[in-house]
Amino acid sequence: MIDVTGLTKVYGVNNAVSDLTFNAKKGEILGFLGPNGAGKTTTMRILTGYIPPTSGTVTIGGFDVIEQSMEVRKLVGYLPESVPLYTDMRVNEYLQFMGSLHKVKNVKERVSTVLEQVGMTERAGSFICKLSKGMRQRVGLAQALIHEPEVLILDEPTVGLDPAQIIEVRKLIQEIGKEKTVLLSTHILSEAQQICNRVLIINRGKLVAEDSPENLQKNLFNSQKVFVKVSGDAKAALEIIKAIPEVNSSYLDDQGQIVFENLPENDMRPKVTKLLISSGFDLLDMHTDSVNLEEIFLQLTAKDEHTGFSQSSSNDAGDAKSTKISKEK
Amino acid sequence: MQNIWTIAKKEYRSFFHSAIAYIIGVVVFLSLGIYFYIMLSYGLQYQSYVPEIENLMEWIVFPLFFISVPVLTMRTIADENRNGTLELILTAPVRDAELVIGKWLGTYLFFLTIVGISVIYPIVLNFMVSPGIDLQKLIAVYLGVCLITAAMTAIGVCISAICKNPIVSLIASLGVIIILWIISSPAQYMTGFFSTLCTYLSLYDHFENSFYLGTIDLTDTIYFLSFTVFPLFLGTRVIEARRWK
Repeated sequence: MIDVTGLTKVYGVNNAVSDLTFNAKKGEILGFLGPNGAGKTTTMRILTGYIPPTSGTVTIGGFDVIEQSMEVRKLVGYLPESVPLYTDMRVNEYLQFMGSLHKVKNVKERVSTVLEQVGMTERAGSFICKLSKGMRQRVGLAQALIHEPEVLILDEPTVGLDPAQIIEVRKLIQEIGKEKTVLLSTHILSEAQQICNRVLIINRGKLVAEDSPENLQKNLFNSQKVFVKVSGDAKAALEIIKAIPEVNSSYLDDQGQIVFENLPENDMRPKVTKLLISSGFDLLDMHTDSVNLEEIFLQLTAKDEHTGFSQSSSNDAGDAKSTKISKEK
Repeated sequence: MQNIWTIAKKEYRSFFHSAIAYIIGVVVFLSLGIYFYIMLSYGLQYQSYVPEIENLMEWIVFPLFFISVPVLTMRTIADENRNGTLELILTAPVRDAELVIGKWLGTYLFFLTIVGISVIYPIVLNFMVSPGIDLQKLIAVYLGVCLITAAMTAIGVCISAICKNPIVSLIASLGVIIILWIISSPAQYMTGFFSTLCTYLSLYDHFENSFYLGTIDLTDTIYFLSFTVFPLFLGTRVIEARRWK
């Protein structure tokens, strides 16, 4: 549905985006991750036809974003980062206005449908300026959905929402993502982890990694961290764990927990449990800390900045199994 | 075409969402009323004086529309740009030109509403003077007002597209309109090309020396129409250019 090849955008002397290549299929939710100023918004603006790329091609649904901009715009629903709204209008007026710009038939019906989708039915008659940030966000989302777009591009859609609303919006996005293509940017990594089929991590306009959240975790980190809490002398328990040859490293953290690491294919948890219990310790807690996207993200972006290493993977959307590290130039 | 109308309607309504439409309405009609009252009283006192409607219409153009046109147009595109709604509209299937024309049309319709309501005065006057007012002159003056307002509104919208800040836009369009109004005055003391150019560019000359006197002149009509089309074209280009930065 979305095909981006060699996308580059230069502002003066700065490369906002350089040589970005990715694609997204129908029924896929693609997460766009990156620190501030990584080029997420620029890429989204190019995808929606708001600004043209310096070079590279972007097609959405087979239409070129520059040559066939009008066709692309009909396919795309877009929620910009700042959630721009006409604050002097009422919610339903605003949605009707945007709907008629998109030539939606039976606008009024459609407006009530999207308002229901985003849970704003009872505020349909309110002036937008009277709404809270979270509600405005939802009106913005309703606007992006008004013409039943095939592609939904959302720039940080859950910013400013309360936890309950965040869950609702995520559910909604997942629902939409079953049939349509969703591209969303976020810097809440757990969000990407939860709702995206695939994650693109970009830093300084370059693609740093592209894979499913699970694969990113699996391939990047080859050790499993286990936290253990015992009653009694933790130091003595630590010695027991240290004695196991398969345990790579072990130490006591500042909360009195024993932390040890082993290879994922060589899970030491059963052995540690048996040993501790047979040595007379009561096991209070044991949990693994699967390395989360936050760490992957920090590692990748830091790596990219310091050593020029970059992480990239095959662009085949359906088969994003391998994550390989390649040295640039 | 449909988009132009959708945007124009929204724009027109938005004036009534804020107090601005009512404030302009009150100022325009209150001062017109005062002026009209003075005209009538003077006419009653001095029988030789016959109140003429073109004086009133001139008052609408200068100073009333001179100030209220920039006030209303200043926000049209500058605000969209500042609030980010421009991004919203221009990622919907709307062409740049449709946005600019829609904005202009919505604002223009508001002024046409004011001009339309002001027809009350000639109707009243018609009853008070004998043998009634000169209909041809009336039509010419009204046509002139409509044309000059179209041009001024287009200039305002164009400048609003150029300036990101509404206040800057207000001052700039006020300046441009005033300069275009007075530019024929120095032309009297010039000779050659500049004299012709200044006279040609002047809003004043094309209004006061033709429609105001009751004549409907094709050259002047074309002048105002081109002063409407060209700023709108320029405004569209400015929005396009912003993308290529």
